[in-house]
Amino acid sequence: MSDTPTSGGGHAHTPDPALDTASGIAAAVRAGDRSAEEVFRAHHERVLAHTEADVDLNVFNTLTADEGLAAARALDARIAAGDDPGRLAGVPIALKDNLCTRGVETTCSSKILQGWVPPYDATVVERLEGAGAIVMGKTNLDEFAMGSSTENSAFGPTRNPHDPERVPGGSSGGSAAAVAAGYVPLSLGSDTGGSIRQPAALCGVVGVKPSYGSVSRYGLIAFASSLDQIGPFTHTVADAALSLSVIGGHDPADSTSIRSAFPPVLQHLEDGIEGLRVGVIGELSGDSALEGFEPEVLARTTAAADALAGAGAKVETVSVPSTVAGLSAYYMIAPAEASSNLARYDGVRYGHREDGVNTRAMMAASRTAGFGEEVKRRIMLGTYALSAGYWDAFYGRAQRVRTVMIREFDEVYANFDLLLSPTSPCVAFPLGEKSDPMTMYLNDVCTIPSNLTGQPAISVPFGTDDGGLPIGVQILAPYGGEVDLFRAARALEDLAP
Amino acid sequence: MESDPASQTDDGGAGLTRDDVAKVAELALLELTDADLDRFTDQLGAVLQRAEELAAFDIADVPRTLHPQPLHNVYRPDVVIELTEDQREEVLANAPAEESGRFKVPPALGEEP
Amino acid sequence: MSAPVSTVVTGDATSLGYDPSTVGRSDHAEDGQVLPGDWEIVVGLEVHAELATETKMFSPARNHFGGEPNTHVHPVCLGLPGTLPVVNGKAVELSAKIGLALNCTVQRCIFARKNYFYPDMPKDYQISQYEEPLNVDGFLSLPSGSTVRIERAHMEEDTGKSTHMGESGRIHDAGYSLVDYNRAGVPLIEIVSHPDLRGPEQAKEYVEELRAILVAIGASDGKMEEGSLRVDANVSIRPAGSDELRTRCEVKNVNSLRSLGRAIAHEAKRHLALYEAGERPMQETRHWDEEGGKTHPGRSKEEAEDYRYFPDPDLVPIEPSPEWIEELRASLPVLPQQRRAALVAAGADAKAADLALDRGLDGLALAAVDAGADAERVFTHVANNLAVDGAESLDAGHFADLVKLESDGSLSATQAKQVLAEMVSSGKAPADIAADLGFEAMDTSELATMLDAIIADHPDEWQRFCEGEGKLQGVFVGQMMKATKGQADGKVVNQLLMERKNSA
Repeated sequence: MSDTPTSGGGHAHTPDPALDTASGIAAAVRAGDRSAEEVFRAHHERVLAHTEADVDLNVFNTLTADEGLAAARALDARIAAGDDPGRLAGVPIALKDNLCTRGVETTCSSKILQGWVPPYDATVVERLEGAGAIVMGKTNLDEFAMGSSTENSAFGPTRNPHDPERVPGGSSGGSAAAVAAGYVPLSLGSDTGGSIRQPAALCGVVGVKPSYGSVSRYGLIAFASSLDQIGPFTHTVADAALSLSVIGGHDPADSTSIRSAFPPVLQHLEDGIEGLRVGVIGELSGDSALEGFEPEVLARTTAAADALAGAGAKVETVSVPSTVAGLSAYYMIAPAEASSNLARYDGVRYGHREDGVNTRAMMAASRTAGFGEEVKRRIMLGTYALSAGYWDAFYGRAQRVRTVMIREFDEVYANFDLLLSPTSPCVAFPLGEKSDPMTMYLNDVCTIPSNLTGQPAISVPFGTDDGGLPIGVQILAPYGGEVDLFRAARALEDLAP
Repeated sequence: MESDPASQTDDGGAGLTRDDVAKVAELALLELTDADLDRFTDQLGAVLQRAEELAAFDIADVPRTLHPQPLHNVYRPDVVIELTEDQREEVLANAPAEESGRFKVPPALGEEP
Repeated sequence: MSAPVSTVVTGDATSLGYDPSTVGRSDHAEDGQVLPGDWEIVVGLEVHAELATETKMFSPARNHFGGEPNTHVHPVCLGLPGTLPVVNGKAVELSAKIGLALNCTVQRCIFARKNYFYPDMPKDYQISQYEEPLNVDGFLSLPSGSTVRIERAHMEEDTGKSTHMGESGRIHDAGYSLVDYNRAGVPLIEIVSHPDLRGPEQAKEYVEELRAILVAIGASDGKMEEGSLRVDANVSIRPAGSDELRTRCEVKNVNSLRSLGRAIAHEAKRHLALYEAGERPMQETRHWDEEGGKTHPGRSKEEAEDYRYFPDPDLVPIEPSPEWIEELRASLPVLPQQRRAALVAAGADAKAADLALDRGLDGLALAAVDAGADAERVFTHVANNLAVDGAESLDAGHFADLVKLESDGSLSATQAKQVLAEMVSSGKAPADIAADLGFEAMDTSELATMLDAIIADHPDEWQRFCEGEGKLQGVFVGQMMKATKGQADGKVVNQLLMERKNSA
């Protein structure tokens, strides 16, 4: 259970396939080889060990160790009684703190929601707990999931386990770091413009944004409703597939939920990539890449493409020109939806309240004191994009460009099964380095297209830079194409250095 | 809709003025200081300026995408599910101020639009 | 809320479904008297009706008036973070039925968010329909003959309610408000008419007819006083005969039909006074003060209203299939307008038809006429003798039998009324009741014998009657009624009298 640093001074955890993967733990607990309590305690001790050694990565907003221990014991009792404990029996998990948990504070790392205790569980939380998973705690994020570094948290930044002076990425930085640090083998995040994949890449773990609608959003505190999707962080592609099989599929509480079960990714995981046609997105790779991509990131992506070709995939470079404008469309659509989604934080029913002489003054004062800088900036941007004079020029136009992008990707997928790109233009950057909002926004250029098109994408670790910082490679698939996506990711995982 | 954001005089980028930002803050119920207004005018202007690249797309006959997947007619049965008494207490316990089962707020001014 | 519309009426009666010359017509003399003859009133109404569903529009909480505060709620209609709306299929069905009953096109539609901050609204936006509503381009034919075009009828959710709690001894604004979300999310349909109404009476007629339709199809209980039916009136005036649309004011807080009429009349006169003083009304929302009998300005419009409507990304479009629409159309009950037409065709005059509809006795009356009963007697009974509980469950065959007994002279009008009352309370057949009450049908020959005796007793009067003094007929009928203690059928007596006169 000791830390095995993978880079100088790091606190990342090198997983043991049997002890540290969700699949391994669930198998052992189901077989009675390990108790859920023993597993939970072991993981909780890693959290405590870091804290005691003065390594505070600031991963958790709330630790639910007591509740978790009680749940683990209850699960052990059920196993003893001969009940089926579920497919994730005894697996400690962490939840991004924008997923509602009944009886456990849910804050979105915002002062405005501090102290809010939901009276209900998110659908994904119900499904995970129903499958025997045990919640370790709620993880830190950029306030309301708005950010790419987890620095925009009312509770301070989360630090990258590979180098605590660097960011873990964001906005699901806490959940990515929780897995990378070995606190849990599985965590959930949400991905609106890359908020799962980018921190996965920066923390050296697997992160998936599934097809829009394939995982219920009920109980995920909304940032941008037409872009938000929940997905997992894991050490292995197989664990990601297992967790999505548990949380995915139709939910009547979400009108945008798919009408079917989650695609059968587990069944086809080991099918290999022989014959799959993989396009490397030209605008995001090699010599044709946009400005701002780190050479080592581009090099690792090329290496991944070569490795896939070597394993039997047909690999070619392909241009997807609208990818570039995705960023602009995203920064109209996401803030617009957010400006409306975040209107309800007004101090009336829950959350932070400031005094005011009348209701409106109270609401304005509460919102002004409760929201942080980045959230205000995006609410302002979104309000402007929706306001009367500019509706069509900004929001309306962005929605049409979104259609253009979907059509363009559909055309590309007529000739390719999958696409490949870096996940992030850069490796984990030092805390405080990207203070200009526009510079930070540019960080999402590789991940945003999948949110706009609703298509699935996965980030798989594929080596490190010279300094030992992880680099992730992104595989993209057409809508509902998770089976091929996971086949390729599983193959790439084995090809990784 | 009729105004072309690119043709206005600049404060921030894309013709965004400090007055625009102040108006937006009013709509969004946020109180901004003078410094906030200056900063946001610049920062939002930069984003809007970049967004002008969207004008390069030929979108004359392109519909808007509301959803990435074409679902329609998603209905719920007309069957009652309400909060349990426990849940109701949890809801009210979250209220910043509560009185006899209702949410307490300072006096309202103005009418519902 | 209403999007701008064109008021040009084109096309012919066959393609429109109505006669264009009946649009914007004034049918009520009183409406013409509100303003001097050279001005006319222009009114468009926005009617909000709560739909009669079990649950709310997007939340599974109970749709129920009243109750302990914040008990008919669910995380969704409380707008709790993370919750998502799901459309109540029943609400869509009822809304589409309303659209069909109002001759609307039922079309593909989407939901939009209307953004504004308000403590009664848990999400600080209201889910409504804006660009693409469910129902568009319908019309409603009023009983008095004119047609009101319906611009749209769209679905939306209601707000909660806040109650102001005063604090004595403090300044005007002191105190606080308490918010209850039981009503938040209740499904509403908003029915927006074109400005085709020409005065208070016509506006009231429109709302009454609309309410009758909503109730007939079971879509709403239509109770204006309880707030399940709410009416906002857009009022303007213009020189008579012109087709311009001048600045309108939206009058809210109208809680009864009577208030609606008063509010429109007052607002029209207020506009007139402004024009006569060389001023102009300002486009604004005004509130009706029932006690003061006038409107006063609501929230100032200085702060620009910008609701930032955009399609709700949490909801997907509704695409009604032609099959579904036809299924709904077939399930519509016979609507008030058609029922009224059927009554008139069966022989009722307008007033009798309205009474029959109001009392829900149109089915009974039509069935009795169908069964061969005399229409005039049928509608007379409906108007005069059946304003009682239980009348609607009267057996139509029995009712027809009664009218036949009356027609053939077996029962007098007075007797028939008594028998009818007994039929309502006991449900027995009229012949049995008549027998029980001793209303033996008086034999015509018996009556003839009695009449001959009376003629013999009054030879002078008989002579004068036969010579043409018609008013003496009453004397003979009166004598007969006296002799039979009112049991004789007046019609038969008159018939006998004329027979005797003709053969004299």
